[in-house]
Amino acid sequence: MARHLISTLAVLGILLPFSGPAAAQEKTPIKLGVLEDQSGDFAVATIGKVHGIQLATAEINAAGGIDGRPLELVVYDTQSDNTRYQEFMRRVLQRDKVDAVFAGFSSASREAYRPIVNQFDGFAFYNNQYEGGVCDANMVVTGAVPEQQFSTLIPYMIEKYGKKVYTIAADYNFGQISAEWVRNIVKEHGGEMVGEEFIPLGVSQFSQTIQNIQTAKPDVLVTLLVGTAQASYYEQAGAANLKVPMASSVNVGQGYEHKRFKAPSLANMYATVNYIEEVDTPASKAFVEKWHKKFPNEPYINQEAENSYSAVYLYKQMVERAKSTKRDDIRKVIAQGDVCFDAPEGKVCIDPKSQHMSHTIYLAHVGEDHTIDFPKVWKDVKPYWLGDAGCDLTKSDPSAQYTPSNPPVATK
Amino acid sequence: MDVLYSAFSLLYQSGDAFAFLVLSACGLAVIFGMMGVINLAHGEFILCGAYVSTSATHMGLPLPLAIALGAGVAGLIGMLLERLIVRHLYSRPLDTIVATWGISMIVTQGTLIVLGSTMQGTGTPFGSFVVGNYSYSVYRIVLMGMALATLAALWLVFTRTRFGVLARATIQVPHIAQALGVNTGLIYSLTFGLGAALAGLAGGLYAPTMTLVPTMGSAFIVEAFVTVVIGGADIFLGTAPAAAILGVVKAALTSWQGQLAGQIGMLLAVIVVIRILPRGISGWILKERA
Repeated sequence: MARHLISTLAVLGILLPFSGPAAAQEKTPIKLGVLEDQSGDFAVATIGKVHGIQLATAEINAAGGIDGRPLELVVYDTQSDNTRYQEFMRRVLQRDKVDAVFAGFSSASREAYRPIVNQFDGFAFYNNQYEGGVCDANMVVTGAVPEQQFSTLIPYMIEKYGKKVYTIAADYNFGQISAEWVRNIVKEHGGEMVGEEFIPLGVSQFSQTIQNIQTAKPDVLVTLLVGTAQASYYEQAGAANLKVPMASSVNVGQGYEHKRFKAPSLANMYATVNYIEEVDTPASKAFVEKWHKKFPNEPYINQEAENSYSAVYLYKQMVERAKSTKRDDIRKVIAQGDVCFDAPEGKVCIDPKSQHMSHTIYLAHVGEDHTIDFPKVWKDVKPYWLGDAGCDLTKSDPSAQYTPSNPPVATK
Repeated sequence: MDVLYSAFSLLYQSGDAFAFLVLSACGLAVIFGMMGVINLAHGEFILCGAYVSTSATHMGLPLPLAIALGAGVAGLIGMLLERLIVRHLYSRPLDTIVATWGISMIVTQGTLIVLGSTMQGTGTPFGSFVVGNYSYSVYRIVLMGMALATLAALWLVFTRTRFGVLARATIQVPHIAQALGVNTGLIYSLTFGLGAALAGLAGGLYAPTMTLVPTMGSAFIVEAFVTVVIGGADIFLGTAPAAAILGVVKAALTSWQGQLAGQIGMLLAVIVVIRILPRGISGWILKERA
């Protein structure tokens, strides 16, 4: 009994279906594991993801649950620590026996837990932008990928500011592979890489990096900095009067640096995001309003928070159409190619070949006073690269991650 | 002229790395060198200094006063913690590591829960200047000056004031000092408070240039520990030369091959120094003299 009590206490954010119809409460709940970093270096960007899942869950339960069954969350704080992901992934799959897991911020954490999902044949949603290339039937990815973020951003920057590009990136799988994408796209568009620097996670002092950039005199600086320590770069570059136009797939849309730092250190930053709270559409405004009603102190609603929110609704649709929580049944629904949702960003759909998601991509530009404007919007950008490169999850499941220099074998 | 510009650039970068190492390490060095306590909550005193000084700046206090306030509050909390926890563990050095580590985790998580995941920065003051092809931040020069001033002030405190003499006496032979009427309990408390205040000072000084998050102390802690480890127990003969050596190594390698090389080079330098001088730089200097 004591053991049972402890395990119940350990389950942090259980949302009891108070408001659902009586019938819903009698049925067994659908359990959703949530593994996100609520403390540690990545917490700034990821606490909102948990809130997004809680908000969607509350709405769904208030409207009668999923196919009449209430949705129950099993939330663990992974503390920005890859080992915790592995421990908790085993726990939610083996002990809590959840029907699906929403997990992960950093690509290192995703690659840490993915083998465990494969081992126990679980079903995981990665609701985060990343470097792309995961071709794995056990995974659904709702975040944006390089062909959505870089194929839009880099040509725009080269055309607007010039051909010389410099990249500073976090030194782990995300930064390295993203930098490879940038390198390739810059070359395709007749640009030139004048420098590249990979920065270990946790580095917070950038004097010398700033000077290296000044030496190379780039027209465009691509910043792929991850974590709160690395975000110190902007303040220090601003103080040293380094004013190169910046481009990013992660900054602003994830760490809302334009809110955290004093203007104008992020001025002239361009980021491709699939959502941020400044998006000026009626759907987005309504979303921000209901979010603040539930979480009045939320510092910022970033793209991953929106992805996480949308993912719950997508999961609801999959289960209701499959009439089952079994992964094989759900994948038959995904294979039909019409699992779509009217998300706050616009309509999004899951691609059956890669199980990645199409997005509306907004080009967010940070002004001198750190206000955001959107010079360009690309509607319905598909996650085409994996499918074109030869990944087809409706036919086979390699459970591998591919990169431009390491594509699926069939197409070599 | 180009040579001069490059020389200035190397000097600036080394000075910048030196300032960061000295300011992050000297609080730790005082507590470890004088008291033999390995304070794993060092990063959280830095956090305290940064948060207090930033809040004070947001409330309209001028930056120098805000930084002083940050250092003061960190110092007072340090004295309080010494009285409540550390004092009972002086004869158990390993237990102080565990206790201060516990304090560190409680403070980091407590800050996250109470104050949220981030605090808005105040912006770096003083603007920038240009030498040759490069522009530099003026505030970084201020930080270098503060690092030197801190070392000078510590030297004066420990050699020219009554507190310094009593502190050194207490640390050297505690029971004799006590027999001669020194309130050793108070001295321990003040020394720990001084170390905490120095950590708070580092936090306050670097707060305008950094991300303000509950885990920000960890950005300082590796540099602080390696500096103290290779410096040895003495602040002036250890910490300062250690910071100078590491600063030059790190700046030169970062300029040559980027941040990763800088980090690797710094840690390799630590291994080499520890291998050749097991008692640290100060141990070696003192032995040569003897």
